[in-house]
Amino acid sequence: MEMVNLIIDHKPVVVRKGSTVLEAASGIGIDIPTLCYMKLDDMNIENKPGGCRVCVVEVKGRRNLAPACCTEASEGMEISTHTIRVVNARRTVVELILSDHPAECLICAKSGNCDLQNMANHLGIRKIHYQGEHSVYREDTSPAIIREINKCIMCRRCETMCNDVQTIGVLSAVNRGFQAVVSPAFEMNLDHSVCTYCGQCVAVCPTGALTEVDETGAVIRALSDPSKTVIVQTAPAVRAALGEEFGMPAGTLVTGKMVAALRRLGFDYVFDTDFAADLTILEEGTELLNRLSAFMAGDQQVKLPILTSCCPAWVKFFEHHFPELKDIPSTARSPQQMFGSIAKTYFADKIGVKRENLVVVSIMPCLAKKYESSRPEFSVNGNPDVDFALSTRELAHLINLSNIDFKSLQNEDFDAPMGESTGAGVIFGTTGGVIEAAVRTAYEIFTGKQLPRLDFEELRGMDGLRKATIDFNGTPINIGIAHGLGNARKLLEEIQAGTSEFHAIEIMSCPGGCIGGGGQPYHHGDSEILKKRQRAIYSEDQNKTIRKSHENPYITKLYEEFLGAPLSEKSHHLLHTKYFDRS
Amino acid sequence: MYPVSELIKNLADQHGRDRHNLLPILQGVVEQEKYLSEYSMIEIARELDLPASEVFGTATFYSFLEYKKMGKYIIRICKTITCSMKGKNQILLAIEDMLKINVGGTTPDGNFSLLQSNCLGFCHKAPAMLINNEVYTDLTAEKVREILSAYLKKK
Repeated sequence: MEMVNLIIDHKPVVVRKGSTVLEAASGIGIDIPTLCYMKLDDMNIENKPGGCRVCVVEVKGRRNLAPACCTEASEGMEISTHTIRVVNARRTVVELILSDHPAECLICAKSGNCDLQNMANHLGIRKIHYQGEHSVYREDTSPAIIREINKCIMCRRCETMCNDVQTIGVLSAVNRGFQAVVSPAFEMNLDHSVCTYCGQCVAVCPTGALTEVDETGAVIRALSDPSKTVIVQTAPAVRAALGEEFGMPAGTLVTGKMVAALRRLGFDYVFDTDFAADLTILEEGTELLNRLSAFMAGDQQVKLPILTSCCPAWVKFFEHHFPELKDIPSTARSPQQMFGSIAKTYFADKIGVKRENLVVVSIMPCLAKKYESSRPEFSVNGNPDVDFALSTRELAHLINLSNIDFKSLQNEDFDAPMGESTGAGVIFGTTGGVIEAAVRTAYEIFTGKQLPRLDFEELRGMDGLRKATIDFNGTPINIGIAHGLGNARKLLEEIQAGTSEFHAIEIMSCPGGCIGGGGQPYHHGDSEILKKRQRAIYSEDQNKTIRKSHENPYITKLYEEFLGAPLSEKSHHLLHTKYFDRS
Repeated sequence: MYPVSELIKNLADQHGRDRHNLLPILQGVVEQEKYLSEYSMIEIARELDLPASEVFGTATFYSFLEYKKMGKYIIRICKTITCSMKGKNQILLAIEDMLKINVGGTTPDGNFSLLQSNCLGFCHKAPAMLINNEVYTDLTAEKVREILSAYLKKK
């Protein structure tokens, strides 16, 4: 490996040839401020358009200042990272960005989490010396994401997520100079584009230009309406990240505190989406086994692999890009929608509340869940199965708003019956979890034998594409796992080409799975945070007494009292769905 | 198949289907069609397997890639300093008066569009303008009326 020697702030440093000045400096603990730059280590993805110029440094012998993020370190270079000239340039650059940025920080959704705000603070900017034109652009609202382009600073991080990570390609820089904006093709609105609402653009946006649709107000109104019974479900990934919003370290499990907080907020019943995840496993697992047995009996009509269908962004993705494969994914609805549908039928009957008076709120790590709950097939006579889907961040706002001291809450338990879940339901929150949960149940039903072990390490991890073969008592079952839609695309192209070797594939749209969802606390591209959240999820699974979905006693009861059996007519009606060609 | 789809296919065959072939293909379509319709941009995106947003982004970046319907003859008056100082405004007024359109407009018969452009590189012969690919320099109001009359007869 060829190395180069250079000097940064009088300190000698040796780096691999090809490294940038920014990398060289961070290697010796010198922190050069950046704004547009973003590095996602695990995905080998870097966004360094060199556009903002905040990271400029002085290079001896070079007339102009150089952007550290995209200047290659070369032999003998002498760099100064904080001379007066550099600091003044940085301040000028940020002042110029601020001169065309709405000064709405007090009421901006991103306030406190805004990289631009932090940078202005870091550089101690107290006055903007430049008065110029302000760019004005219409606001674009979709079911899940709001674009306020006036707040965009053209860092292009969203483009990197949309094009390079997710390979959707909805967002691109259009127009030129002062008129330049990031926009879908033909400057159409997001809801007319092929956007999947995965929310990864929102997750990386440094300012308030991309945010989620805020439904907290509507939830507060429902909670204060005495004629409504308001119930809440919480997705598995939320409990592994919510604590971060209250200053707790990443990876702190806050399940009990979260339940307590939701009760304080006034929800009548606090339930768990994990319950519905167990239900999903029974429906989806049975579907898998049926397809598998038919396939092994030589039925040529059977389509394999079966693909998971819990992720709404992934569903919208294949409806747009691979409509010819729409028969392959499981027809099972996502846990959120199964929950909504069971809540508004079975549970509503049980407590004697009319459908219209039952409000189902879900707390999701996801923005696409907002879109999913608004899909017309998931409502009955205009009344949606899930009324509001809040993100983890929105829940944190609600908790703050209600003066609840989250950290000092005592742990509480979910309510019965829809709050009981198994470890299998919990791991839905991470990449590899849904398929592991399915394997735990499918194995036992398929072989009629008890599983010798419950932890399938071969299905776990953070690699974007993983595969494993699980021995179903002599029958090898090939399993594929993808997270990030770019990786999903690769598996789908294999299926299209007929070269896929898999029997079952799990797909989650967001890198890391739901723990890295677009509605989670901002992780600013730090994949260590995702790994900590993942460990938290697995530890909750470990600590559950029941860890297989088909052993959840409340699920058994639900089938006995209401649904009959998996894939029964009633199940089909309430728990399954169909997909549409949106190409 | 629409003729423009055929054109795009031929251009892609000729230049290749990589991302870096996008620009010559866009130029090829503009040469034939005078502008890039949404339909052509989507077709190009499909042909090159690129997101439509990227094709649109590229088209909107370059000022000589028009993406709004244009007339048969596109008049581009140089708007930069030298031409301005040497009477560009009089030229503009003369054209606007003669064709009854403003900058950015197209005549109702679809024959002429009037635009301003950045420096055409003819500062030494300012003011200058382009009509499609033809350069006209050392313009006066008189001269520009003659040039346009010739075009009006030609159509």
